[in-house]
Amino acid sequence: MKPIATTRSATGIPTGRLAVWWLIASEIVIFGGLLASYVMHRIGHAEFGDYAAHTNTWAGALNTLVLLTSSLSAVLAHEAAEKRDGPRAARMLLFTILGGAVFLVVKGFEWTTEIRHGFTITTNMFWSFYYTAAGLHALHVIAGMIAMAFVARGALANRELQRVELVGNYWHFVDIVWIFLFPLLYIAK
Amino acid sequence: MAQPAIEETPGSGTRHAEETSAPPAGHGEHEGFVKKYLFSTDHKMIAKQYLFTGMFMALIGAFMVYAFRVQLAFPGSHVPGFGVVGPNEYNALVTNHGSIMVFWVAMPVLIAAFGNYLIPLMLGCDDMAFPRLNRLSYQVFFLSVVVLLISLFVPGGGFGGAWTAYPPLSSKAEYSLTPLGSTLWLCAVILEFVAFLIGGINFVTTTMNSRAPGMKLYDIPIVVWMIVIATLVFMASVGPLVAGAVMLLFDQLLGTAFYDPTRGGDPLLWQHLFWFFGHPEVYVVLLPACGIVAEVITVFSRKKLFGYKTVLYTAFATGIVSFFVWAHHQFVAGIDPRMANVFTATTVIISLPVAEMIFVYVATLYGGSIRLTTPMLWALAFIAEFIIGGVTGLFLGASGSDIYLHDTYFVLAHFHYTFVPIAIISVFAGITYWFPKMFGRHMNETLGKIHFWGTIIPFNGIFIPLFLLGLAGQHRRIYSYEGFPELARPELQQLRIIATVSLIVMLSFQLVFLFNFVRSMLRGRTAERNPWKANTLEWVAASPPPHGNFETMPVVYRGPYEYSVPGRDEDYWPQNQPA
Repeated sequence: MKPIATTRSATGIPTGRLAVWWLIASEIVIFGGLLASYVMHRIGHAEFGDYAAHTNTWAGALNTLVLLTSSLSAVLAHEAAEKRDGPRAARMLLFTILGGAVFLVVKGFEWTTEIRHGFTITTNMFWSFYYTAAGLHALHVIAGMIAMAFVARGALANRELQRVELVGNYWHFVDIVWIFLFPLLYIAK
Repeated sequence: MAQPAIEETPGSGTRHAEETSAPPAGHGEHEGFVKKYLFSTDHKMIAKQYLFTGMFMALIGAFMVYAFRVQLAFPGSHVPGFGVVGPNEYNALVTNHGSIMVFWVAMPVLIAAFGNYLIPLMLGCDDMAFPRLNRLSYQVFFLSVVVLLISLFVPGGGFGGAWTAYPPLSSKAEYSLTPLGSTLWLCAVILEFVAFLIGGINFVTTTMNSRAPGMKLYDIPIVVWMIVIATLVFMASVGPLVAGAVMLLFDQLLGTAFYDPTRGGDPLLWQHLFWFFGHPEVYVVLLPACGIVAEVITVFSRKKLFGYKTVLYTAFATGIVSFFVWAHHQFVAGIDPRMANVFTATTVIISLPVAEMIFVYVATLYGGSIRLTTPMLWALAFIAEFIIGGVTGLFLGASGSDIYLHDTYFVLAHFHYTFVPIAIISVFAGITYWFPKMFGRHMNETLGKIHFWGTIIPFNGIFIPLFLLGLAGQHRRIYSYEGFPELARPELQQLRIIATVSLIVMLSFQLVFLFNFVRSMLRGRTAERNPWKANTLEWVAASPPPHGNFETMPVVYRGPYEYSVPGRDEDYWPQNQPA
């Protein structure tokens, strides 16, 4: 049974949605700090561009496409949840999870190739930032996939359908972080 | 934007009638020990867990300061209960004293314990908006305590690179000589941040959404505002340091070079990331302390808080400006002198809202019928002592004088004149004020006053000599001054002995508090619902409040500080009393 505190809404915004926005806000400053540190270094070190030339831009572009598409299915899941069609929302979330999985597989392929060519996290500052930022992002992808699996299970039984939107918001955030990482780490040469 | 079909919250129109008729959301009185204490979701139990954990850590921090202060007064002697303090032990002791007092005493007690206890009660709801998230927050915090305590006993000893953990000392094992201690310390700090991020989301959403019907934004008690503003400042400032801490962890464990200048890294980057959090952190703990003081002085002046909105706006101003002062910690670190000018200006600016707040408190006292109870004494002492801390800060905020005073005991005495009022004095004001509500019994007033004077007088005895030593050029983080002829002079050594003796006196008076606390909890005079005749909603609930807090959920009709309203028989007017 939920406490009365959970069910009140003085702002008119559901409490769960507020909490997810605050979660995203606190995540933004974490990635913001990391990316600001990277950009400060990037400005002072023109040679970062040469190192970035060794990244696999096509794999990064493919991953961008995969993540954006997975956000589309998250939106479709939200739409289904609004129509109270839990099973369809669960199916759409499953597509999103699949997108996350493809993203991680491509990432794994990229990283193994790069490490095999001698570009490890200790090679130089660029590669340190590359692996740290992308790694932290990958952890968020995994966390989002786990959260979506739980929400999808509930949605299948038409329970707690408002969570479909919330987990979708989180997924869009993960998506947007990648939209910042891709040009900063792959394209800027 | 709203999708009524799946909203978890119906409109508020019918809600109020439904709530008042509903029984309190009790989850059964007969919970087992494990459920009640280890896995409780009740905000009051979680608050007490934070409070007791914080008090336990304060004892450890106090033991550490005892050990290294005896070493400084009597170098090389055998410290009773500890042994000889060598240079490595000294570094580990001062580092962990600082870390514990900021992260494991001030934060859990001021933000988590008072926040958890007061926010739902003062807002008139039965629990936090996310009770299980709240429990998770404490569990992560508890884990951080365990990791920190383990770090003190691993081979090589505890981390000794100061609570600021500047690289390369903190990033390279061959410099710090504590490979395990530094990594565990860093992990403990990261876990602590995670715990407070989880708790912070809860605090903010609860205050935004779960207020009692009728409670508008300007009806929220100042202490709740302060804790929420502090939480927002924390959440906005800690992120870059979380990223920075991950980078430091990689430097330690994987051999990256984020902070290693010989391989392209930048040690100043850590200083920026650390102080971008570290200075707002000062205000994260200051604001709740100011909030507690606001509650106590209005109740015991029997007067309306002078300028509720002024206090609120100064708190917001302090929070915002606190993001633009961090580099005043780095005036001698080699930053651009033009930057130093900017940060001097912002640092002087931030003293304006804080001074404004203090003026409001003094104006509240003016003309009130002041009652010098124990909590009131603590609140008044907070104002008096914090002013000393604030004024000495101006010498450090101005880059010109800071270059002379940097890293001396003047700095140390300055920030203890701010942190002790924040983390100790205001906390005692809060504990003695809300004790009847928390435990349903009164504390002993005589013992409380003995404890008060036994703490305040020696507190000044500790830090006034340290100001003098700092002005004499005594540098921090040196375990024995015997090797420095100009600092080992007997007249300076005598100042160190005065400080250490005062410290031991102050620490021994804390036994009076512990005795009073435990005895009052067990057999103090039973407390009625509203022993101080205060207005805020927590005093409407029983003492101590049951699970679910209120028999009938309160409705709010007015602001929290309507004391001595002309034309009324009683000099207080509870927020939930219909006109």
